[in-house]
Amino acid sequence: MSPVSRNRSANSGVNIEAKQQNLRLRANMMRAVRRFFDDRGYLEVETPHILSAPIPELHIAYIETPRGVLHPSPELYMKQLLASGYERIYQISRCFRAGERGGRHLPEFTLLEWYCAGTDYRGLMKECEAMIRFVAGKLGLGSSIMYQGKEIGLDSPWDRVTVREAFGRYASVSLDSALASGRFEEILVGEIEPHLGHPRPTFLHDYPASMASLSRLRAGDDSVCERVELYLAGLEIANGFSELNDPKEQRRRFERDLAARERSGAPTFPLPEEFLRILSRMPESAGIALGLDRLAMVLTDQAGIADVVAFVPAS
Amino acid sequence: MYNASDLRKNLKIQLDNEPYVITDFQFSKPGKGQSLYRCKLKNMITGLVIDRTYRSGDSFEQANLEERRMQYLYNQDEEYYFMDVETYEQSMLTSEQVGEAKNYLTDNLEVDILFFETTPIGITLPNFVDLTVTQADPWVKGDSVSGDSKPVTLETGYTLRVPPFIEEGTRITLDTRTGEYVTRVKE
Repeated sequence: MSPVSRNRSANSGVNIEAKQQNLRLRANMMRAVRRFFDDRGYLEVETPHILSAPIPELHIAYIETPRGVLHPSPELYMKQLLASGYERIYQISRCFRAGERGGRHLPEFTLLEWYCAGTDYRGLMKECEAMIRFVAGKLGLGSSIMYQGKEIGLDSPWDRVTVREAFGRYASVSLDSALASGRFEEILVGEIEPHLGHPRPTFLHDYPASMASLSRLRAGDDSVCERVELYLAGLEIANGFSELNDPKEQRRRFERDLAARERSGAPTFPLPEEFLRILSRMPESAGIALGLDRLAMVLTDQAGIADVVAFVPAS
Repeated sequence: MYNASDLRKNLKIQLDNEPYVITDFQFSKPGKGQSLYRCKLKNMITGLVIDRTYRSGDSFEQANLEERRMQYLYNQDEEYYFMDVETYEQSMLTSEQVGEAKNYLTDNLEVDILFFETTPIGITLPNFVDLTVTQADPWVKGDSVSGDSKPVTLETGYTLRVPPFIEEGTRITLDTRTGEYVTRVKE
């Protein structure tokens, strides 16, 4: 028996015909995504998958290789391309995050990232709407899709809700007390997410500045950052930023997160110096990472991520 | 010790000095945030189910559980007595803890009793047991109304449907996982 067939199964737990149908629809989805970006003058690129100096993400466990870690997203190199004068780029790549396995997570998954110079997260939201509408249209799904019994109307405009508004509307505690008690994620997942993304897709935006990551703080209100997440029927699909291009501020955040990784006992790596060096040349821009496995779940109406990929790791 | 990343369905852990089994498990990780491990946990003593959310960094005691091979002795009202086949020590489970297993308990049957530390909390039966039919209607040949099965009562008081040729005094094999008839015991 080969290592592949020992560790993985192409048909685990699902009807073979249903899986084949899902994979055919997924392949059509991929073609439609590429068509959308190609038509809009985006350049499809590929970047290295092995990083010796990854972003010191607080909550990502890397999969290590002898030459570095497998990339958890192509973000670093995509921005280096932006800084080198490529103004509209996209990439579809396998990304790797250790320990992420559940009904909506795989440790090896497919991410679409695109970046556009001269726009911000508002422009990004519009383009994201257009892209998903285009893909649903190409697949013959029309302007309204059903996901797990919930209707998602794709016609404009989609809902836009700030994080603070969402806490006020759906949560049992305020945003500030959730942050102070360290329960932000718990409340978001348990009380807020189920309400987002139906009957229209929802952009949840303006995250607390402490969660800015690589996004720019909002001009005129530095308590929030220009970061946005897209939800479809309770499922988180994408995370985007108005990109921070201030190397000093970015280095300060990286150093803070690196120190936190060290304190928690997580493995640490050198900071991505080449990225920091070139960051000041990056134009005003926005970029977004969208989980294509998740989008395939919605478009095929599958509750589990395992039903939209050919192989899953043995549990 | 277990870490949050070890959590999964059916894992048994100890919380507040009581054993729990994870009956439902969901991994989530919102945006760039930390991992959440959302669990439904069933108290293995009281049966109560609780919801808990854990994060990376949380750790858990393994539940100190042990199974011992024991013989069923007798019951007195709501109390069921068992004896350890090696040490001859006796232990008691309540009628509620024994549950449906009482349908299959006959004198001297060997079962596995689950202990949390020194307290007996549960019972696991062999998959197959043999029991005697104590009450059955006679088989009327050509009776097509009752179909191809009929009800009988066993020595434990348990009633079930069996093929029509089973008579009073016959020993039959049952599957304790389904409660269904398997075969007639060949004497």
